[in-house]
Amino acid sequence: MSSKKFMFVNRKAPYGTVYALESLEVVLISAAFDQDVSLAFIDDGVYQITNGQDTTGIGQKNFSKAYKALGDYDISKLYVEKESLAERGLTQDDLMDLVWEDEDDDWAEKSSIILVSREEMAAVMAEQEVTLSF
Amino acid sequence: MKYTVMINEGPYQHQSSDTALQFVRAALEKGHEIFRVFFYHDGVNNGTRLSVPPADDRLLQKEWSELGIKHGLDLVICIAAAQRRGLMDESEAKRQGLDADNIIEGFRISGLGQLIEGGIQSDRTIVFGD
Repeated sequence: MSSKKFMFVNRKAPYGTVYALESLEVVLISAAFDQDVSLAFIDDGVYQITNGQDTTGIGQKNFSKAYKALGDYDISKLYVEKESLAERGLTQDDLMDLVWEDEDDDWAEKSSIILVSREEMAAVMAEQEVTLSF
Repeated sequence: MKYTVMINEGPYQHQSSDTALQFVRAALEKGHEIFRVFFYHDGVNNGTRLSVPPADDRLLQKEWSELGIKHGLDLVICIAAAQRRGLMDESEAKRQGLDADNIIEGFRISGLGQLIEGGIQSDRTIVFGD
């Protein structure tokens, strides 16, 4: 099967609606298809990968730990828009430490998070062949 | 051109099902191929046969069903999303020990892999959602 560039665009907060959770389910399935997968986090979507999520007060499953498994599925390109962070008073320090292991570099642990400007994000999106928006 | 269409919102609540239906009709009229229509999130509700809108309104599920049967479309409801929202075909209802099924003719229930495969196999993948 041929390989295509897939991008999953995450625009919504992790709780309040089911989009983020069900987006993650698609992302994890896509890993089985050996495609060139990347994720984008824009708008409230940046909250999906923030540190210290606690859902005890809302009676819902905290699924934020699942993002930490993405590296094990060879999903290592998480584009995060700088403007979306700044507009919400967030910096990279507020994000989870999401990493992958580079087998071509003695399994060195590297960050999966790629901070990009809005303009750079548009350029990355323009390169994609399949863009699914959540 | 070969298209896969993804529909992420429920009928009536949101415009996306109507717009997707109009897109699919127009694409078929122009001679394009619809490889698959994949229903996700609340979009799975486009596949229930139990909707009863007022008599002067459109019946979206029936329109999808009839269009699908007429053109042999592959209308796929995501199983994980469907199970959360109570959309069942006969075999799934039996497997879950439930007393009813509600999927409309012309749709089938399958996994998320069908969406990814649609993206791989099609020239364009179009998402209709919020």
